[in-house]
Amino acid sequence: MSTNNLSYNEQGGGAEPAVELGQESTPTASGSTAAAGLFSTDFKKNEDLKEMLESNKESLKLEAMKRIVGLIAKGKNASELFPAVVKNVASKNIELKKLVYVYLVRYAEEQQDLALLSISTFQRALKDPNQLIRASALRVLSSIRVPIIVPIMMLAIKEAATDLSPYVRKTAAHAIQKLYSLDPEQKEHLIEVIDKLLKDKSTLVAGSVVMAFEEVCPDRIDLIHKNYRKLCNLLVDVEEWGQVVIITMLTRYARTQFLSPWREDALFDENSEKAFYDSDVEKEKADSKPYMMDPDHRLLLRNTKPLLQSRNTAVVMAVAQLYWHLAPKQEVSIVTKSLVRLLRSHREVQYIVLQNIATMSIQRKGMFEPFLKSFYVRSTDATHIKTLKLEILTNLATEANISTILREFQTYVKSQDKQFAATTIQAIGRCATNISEITDTCLNGLVLLLSNRDETVVAECVVVIKKLLQTQPSQHSDIIKHMAKLLDNITVPMARASILWLIGEYCERVPKIAPDVLRKVAKSFTSEEDIVKLQTLNLAAKLYLTNSKQTKLLTQYILNLGKYDQNYDIRDRTRFLRQLIVPNEKSGALSKYAKRILLASKPAPVLESAFKDRDRFQLGTLSHTLNAKASGYLELSDWPTVAPDQSVRNVEVMEPQSLERQPSTRGSDLFAYHLLVLLCSDSDDAKEKKRPKPKLDSVSSHSKASSSSDNTASSGSESEEDTDSDSEPEQKKKKKLSSKPQVRQILSFALNCGCKMCLCVTAFQVSSPVFVPPKSHELLHRMSGKGLAVSYHFPRQPCAYSHRMVSVQLTLTNGRDQPLEDICVGEAGPPGIAIHRFATIERLQPEASITVSMGIDFNDSTQAANFQLCTKTDQFSVSIQPAVGELLMPVTMTEQDFLKEQGQLTGMNESSVTITIAPDSMSSQPVGRKVVSVANMGVVPSSQNSIHRFAAKTVSSGSLVLSSVVLQEASTAKLVVNTEKTVLGSVLLRELKTALSQG
Amino acid sequence: MIHSLFLVSTAGHIFLEKHWKSVISRSVCDYLFEAQGKASAPENVPPVIATPHHYLISVYRDRIFFVAVIQTEVPPLFVIEFLHRVAETFQDYFGECSEASIKDNVVIVYELLEEMLDNGFPLATEANILKEMIKPPTILRSVVNTITGGSSNVGGTLPTGQLSNIPWRRTGVKYTNNEAYFDVVEEIDAILDKSGTVVFAEIQGVIDACVKLSGMPDLTLSFVNPRLLDDVSFHPCVRFKRWEAERVLSFIPPDGNFRLMSYHVNAQNLVAIPVYVKQNVSFFETGSSGRLDITVGPKQTMGKTIEDVVITVHMPKVVLNANLTTNQGTSTYDPVTKVLVWDIGKLNQQKVPNLKGSLSLQSGAPRPDENPTLNIDLRIQQLAISGLKVNRLNMFGEKYKPFKGVKYVTKAGKFQVRT
Repeated sequence: MSTNNLSYNEQGGGAEPAVELGQESTPTASGSTAAAGLFSTDFKKNEDLKEMLESNKESLKLEAMKRIVGLIAKGKNASELFPAVVKNVASKNIELKKLVYVYLVRYAEEQQDLALLSISTFQRALKDPNQLIRASALRVLSSIRVPIIVPIMMLAIKEAATDLSPYVRKTAAHAIQKLYSLDPEQKEHLIEVIDKLLKDKSTLVAGSVVMAFEEVCPDRIDLIHKNYRKLCNLLVDVEEWGQVVIITMLTRYARTQFLSPWREDALFDENSEKAFYDSDVEKEKADSKPYMMDPDHRLLLRNTKPLLQSRNTAVVMAVAQLYWHLAPKQEVSIVTKSLVRLLRSHREVQYIVLQNIATMSIQRKGMFEPFLKSFYVRSTDATHIKTLKLEILTNLATEANISTILREFQTYVKSQDKQFAATTIQAIGRCATNISEITDTCLNGLVLLLSNRDETVVAECVVVIKKLLQTQPSQHSDIIKHMAKLLDNITVPMARASILWLIGEYCERVPKIAPDVLRKVAKSFTSEEDIVKLQTLNLAAKLYLTNSKQTKLLTQYILNLGKYDQNYDIRDRTRFLRQLIVPNEKSGALSKYAKRILLASKPAPVLESAFKDRDRFQLGTLSHTLNAKASGYLELSDWPTVAPDQSVRNVEVMEPQSLERQPSTRGSDLFAYHLLVLLCSDSDDAKEKKRPKPKLDSVSSHSKASSSSDNTASSGSESEEDTDSDSEPEQKKKKKLSSKPQVRQILSFALNCGCKMCLCVTAFQVSSPVFVPPKSHELLHRMSGKGLAVSYHFPRQPCAYSHRMVSVQLTLTNGRDQPLEDICVGEAGPPGIAIHRFATIERLQPEASITVSMGIDFNDSTQAANFQLCTKTDQFSVSIQPAVGELLMPVTMTEQDFLKEQGQLTGMNESSVTITIAPDSMSSQPVGRKVVSVANMGVVPSSQNSIHRFAAKTVSSGSLVLSSVVLQEASTAKLVVNTEKTVLGSVLLRELKTALSQG
Repeated sequence: MIHSLFLVSTAGHIFLEKHWKSVISRSVCDYLFEAQGKASAPENVPPVIATPHHYLISVYRDRIFFVAVIQTEVPPLFVIEFLHRVAETFQDYFGECSEASIKDNVVIVYELLEEMLDNGFPLATEANILKEMIKPPTILRSVVNTITGGSSNVGGTLPTGQLSNIPWRRTGVKYTNNEAYFDVVEEIDAILDKSGTVVFAEIQGVIDACVKLSGMPDLTLSFVNPRLLDDVSFHPCVRFKRWEAERVLSFIPPDGNFRLMSYHVNAQNLVAIPVYVKQNVSFFETGSSGRLDITVGPKQTMGKTIEDVVITVHMPKVVLNANLTTNQGTSTYDPVTKVLVWDIGKLNQQKVPNLKGSLSLQSGAPRPDENPTLNIDLRIQQLAISGLKVNRLNMFGEKYKPFKGVKYVTKAGKFQVRT
């Protein structure tokens, strides 16, 4: 019983939050529908749609749905048709069904109660033999954002993750993200599924599951280790969208797991001379640990390189950023050509690629210099493209190519797009500061531009000239004079302010003009922009200090104007300057230094690229484009200083069978064994008696177990173990139901909300077996086993090790007078049958007996499982031949479901026989008992007395097995078995026949 | 990833919305409209816009904004590429990608979008797969549907391509005439300066294929001079290893039309510029008028004729009207958009086309200081200007003999003459 108990617990745990959530969400849902109804505009129109939907004609329904989808597409509200639409969810017409799905996904969130009506349809569709239907059912089920169905979604995802069709598994990976966004509390369970799917070898699944990984648990880098090499090797064959996601994830992974390939070059670049002459220590360091690229690192670089030739621009960009962030410096340049190629693509693609090139070109000019001409601006380019190209051209400017670039810039300056011309002037300014040889040329060119007719151009020139002059103010008084003249005509505030600042700063060089300029601006002071006013104040103050004779009155006039200005900045500045420069009694120590303060030599501004600091973001990301951290941005970590363990990525090649039972089962097996030993030693009477008959033993231990079950139930779950499994399951079940209210709750919830849970689908519906006295079979006789006697029976409970296995319990008794040591299972066969072995029994005392459990996957056949029982000294070949009835698991279902399923399993899948029944079996009780004693089936409630129905599914493949007994007159009865497994069906029929016809 | 999609016309009308996760109000598009208001033309709207809670990544083509709403970090190119793929799918299904055709086929559009994305992540973008799941509308089918009351337009089984390693091809293709056509299309991108010297020129090419072959043919295409190709990108069907090793294109083709490869011709080869242009555009300081004189003639044409020559000039804003005469073709000036179009047609060796006349400027306005750029369009049949030549096409895997054809065309790409 322990395992049964366990599975109930899990479900209970999963369902609990859903029930709570459901109660919470109901009122809000109804509120929103009321609101929706109130504001609906197309009330009349919807009426006839409703009629159409309720008609019998498929074509009318389809027509109605098409119109409704049209409404949804336009963003109109169609939510009040929900009840009428949802009825058609099970329609046979695929197009109609798909449109209903579209509707459902759109409105389910608003109409949660009604949406639940459709759940059972999807659950049924999840079992459909058509993979497309299974997949789309899962897609819709997981897209319905109703918190109440979280447990159902969870089960469906788990099931779909093991589906045979990779397409269904792919949709399962997508569903993981949906469930996670709906209920983040499921994270742990979802990570398990992700872990499982990451192991998937299908190229179809890889991209989607990595996407799920990135969204649910991007920090669980440990899940990637074992799959790293596989992902690298699959990459070329993955569909293009998956490639992008995988490459981005692997970039992050590699930055945490490999050593920096840049270290070596960095050493050589910066310290080569030093290392050569004196720094022995450093040299030693470099020598002692020469950089060796991790082969896995190389594998990634090698396998992504061909993708540079992809037609998908996103893939090319992803590879480019991978090389940028991971490849040794000398290899990065192979991405250049491909990036330049992308510039031929759509405008939007150009925009993103140019941005990334701009960032790259700051650090690595050499990469793009040969392609300089590809960045020449065309008159037809969009503004943002022009700006970016200009940016890149400026970044690429060197002494060698500056003349070509400047010539190109000259044509841009004349462009009709004046904004662009202004940007070009800024670019020229940047080139001029970066390359000192051309500063004079640029300055002269800019001065010429000052006579341009367009004001924006002139203004920009002034600003740039101001910055340039600041870098070398020595001999340019003529330019300053020229600009002073311009002041009369220029209106752009920034330019006026720049001129005023220049004159103020270099007023000693233009002693005659400066006071005159001040006079002019004093006149227009009140009508100037704030920025000009501030510079006017500055100019006045500076002139007052250097040439107070001429400007004293003017300055005071301006200070008075400033004192009553509307802008408080200007008032503040005025007050501050007055205190600083105008001497009075109160003026402090500062005014002595006024001249040094105001006329201190100022550092020249550095003209930098706007892309200077963008390299803090990973290239190709949204954050990089925005130059701001987008939500969900994952930082690229720095290279580790010490290489992490490389062996984590080693994958041992394991047989699939052993893989399956690897980690968890070994543990639980041991655990069960320990418990068993514990209990055996606990129950004194069991120890003393040492009965050869297992049945008695179990009864006594059961009494023990049940007396302690209060503790075990409350302390949680698994502690009820193997020995008490022979006990009366029915009694146990009752107790379980009462002790676990969630189970009851979920059942009643299912009934209440009217959703017919389709009970043949998931583990949910496997019911507890009906109690039958266990039949024990002999496996090894005392004589042939040299004193070791072994018997086995089928406890009829779900196997803990694998859901495909039948659990078998072995009772081993030592009939010798010496202890037996190291009893274990040796080789097993035939190949189709998987066996979960019990843990080695180290010592079995004389006359003692022990019960252990095994799991055997018979693959739904009655073929015997052969294996060897080994002791320290001997080996015995034994075989377990399962009765067909033991290969089943009972399921519960309603009569309607039974009839429906039965209707689908006709023809070849049905076998029937008419039998004569023993007279005492004519009442219902004995028939049931007899059937159940032969086969582990669940009783289906029947509305007629004369018909008995039983349902089960096969343990290994989970296919349904239905059987019905129809009692007729004169002690005859018709026995029918329906199942896909025809061989199994006919054997079962034969066994049932013998069982029923006996007295 | 992609949360929602809005299709917006240039007039600012949202005519379709689709949500893959929970619903996002269409008011989020206001940020786009704001950016559109700031931009001088729809092309100038920045493709990525950050709003307080979402990010808008948009693509503008065929007079429609495709606006994807994003909530978390995603490679922007991923979204842009996908949106273009959506537009191409519409184009493929409805013959054109326009507001009207999308509105007419809104149900198919919805079904397509549903298949193309699951939870915002691309599911099926390959045209062959989509066509098996959702049949494109044809006149015949729409007639049949109205008469019979609607057979399903939606496939009930998973397309075989979805599961195989070659998702671009479906199984069971059958044709009575097996044909494979390849078009080698090359475009010259060039900037010529005032004096006619080449500032910048390069050749970009594509090979577009139309393959209608039964079964699972395995094709190999080889070139006479593959060394010309400098940088290439392939349809996923091309086996990259064989290209690396032998410089041949080996592939199992998709069914129907597709772009096999695109390439860039080695930059070292000098690009032959097929035409020369002599132009003289000047504006007078007084009298608010100007003169225009353009002559075009064939230069290096390798014995072929140049066809479909069109010269487009974006005039400065102050040009009110143009009074022009030409000895070949027609010229029109649109005073609203300020675009002068001179449609010349074929270039003759004997008679050199010329366009001249006067321009009238807005009186009082200052003389424009830049002369307008000329954009040139042209086409040369039966010539790949780079000299690239297909050697042969072999087919393996199928028994029949296909009909094969290769066509060469050279076009002007972004061909500009600065004045």
